[in-house]
Amino acid sequence: MARMNLNIVTAERETFSGGVDYVSAPGADGELTVLPSHAALMTTLVPGEMRFGTDGDEQSVLVTGGFMEVLADNITVLADAAEREDEIDEDRAAVAVMRAQERIDTHGSDLDMERALASLRRAQIRLRFAQRRRSQR
Amino acid sequence: MPSLKDIRDRIRSVSNTAKITSAMQLIAASRMQRAQQMVRNGRPYADQMREVLSHLVMRLEAEDETLDPLLQRRPNQRELLVLVTPDRGLAGALVGNILRVAAQELRDAEVPVDTVGIGRKGERFVARTGQSLVASFSVGDRPSLGDTLDISSFVIDRYRSGDVDSVKLIYAQFVNTSVQRPVNLQLLPIATTSSGSDSDDGPALYLDYIYEPSPAEVLANIAPRYVETLVYHAILEAQASEHSARMIAMQNATDNANELIEDLTLDLNKARQEAITGELLDIVGGVAGVQG
Repeated sequence: MARMNLNIVTAERETFSGGVDYVSAPGADGELTVLPSHAALMTTLVPGEMRFGTDGDEQSVLVTGGFMEVLADNITVLADAAEREDEIDEDRAAVAVMRAQERIDTHGSDLDMERALASLRRAQIRLRFAQRRRSQR
Repeated sequence: MPSLKDIRDRIRSVSNTAKITSAMQLIAASRMQRAQQMVRNGRPYADQMREVLSHLVMRLEAEDETLDPLLQRRPNQRELLVLVTPDRGLAGALVGNILRVAAQELRDAEVPVDTVGIGRKGERFVARTGQSLVASFSVGDRPSLGDTLDISSFVIDRYRSGDVDSVKLIYAQFVNTSVQRPVNLQLLPIATTSSGSDSDDGPALYLDYIYEPSPAEVLANIAPRYVETLVYHAILEAQASEHSARMIAMQNATDNANELIEDLTLDLNKARQEAITGELLDIVGGVAGVQG
């Protein structure tokens, strides 16, 4: 099967680099899946789960937004933050959700609402991701 | 001829200095390792970001789309200089080399220049040379991208509001432990000429791009991110450079101190030997006098 080259990078590090058979990502206009020989594509990403498979073995990475470029079977994901499944701590995610919720509930006038909501959304996705992974085991 | 006591005092003082410099060397070495690791980890993102943006710009230029304000060129009437330097010295020639590039930029600029200082050495230089310092930021060790957003949004705001028409970024690029190169990089307006090695793919490849949600929206998202990435990466490079330069400088200082201690010890032994010989002569002479 024709392989594509996938690179997931964040400003801090490279999360994944290697050959894959398919990639499915949370695009701005909805979930999209990229297979080999896909047309050149550039999309913004929304917080969500990115899945990709190699030889029937699926991995997933949580991204909190960013960009994806598909060009001649080279896929580059510039993620704001990307965490692999095994890196997410469910307890910490739960705490983050609570903290973000609290900040919104008790917000002062100087609070940047948009930012607070975005961080809540990110925390919730992370928590859901962690919980689902646990239930799969 | 210095006395034995003088030499002993000097040896003690030099070995105290050697202890301090070797401690600083060890600290710098551990920070250096972390900082170098961070730079290496961050490079793929910075490189990919540059590449993706250049693809995007090439395509938008081919289509005559309206470019984001961050890509628009205006007549240059005021420049913003972001100067990234260490907070402290004792880093060999590093600070001097960065400031030389900054001085060159200030000399060559044909328009008034506002300066943003990141790091005290640079701020002091700006004050000393009577330039205008419009903002000053400090970044701790091991910064995350989030820690540098204040800086990049300040720069973006100044550019978008038309306060400044170009932004330059001066920092020390980390090449390896013993080489750090000061660079002067144009941050804004974003340079639209691609120098990517894969530009031979031909323009045809870029014409069939699909954009979601739309080219303009993608660009509006990615252009500020590009500035943030460059600023963040410059700071990582600067920190790796600083700790590397300091590590080497302290290593040299420790080596010099040890060499000095060896020389002084030799002097000390010589002086002690001379004193003993002198005393022996005195005794032998005294004995001869008594016997004779």
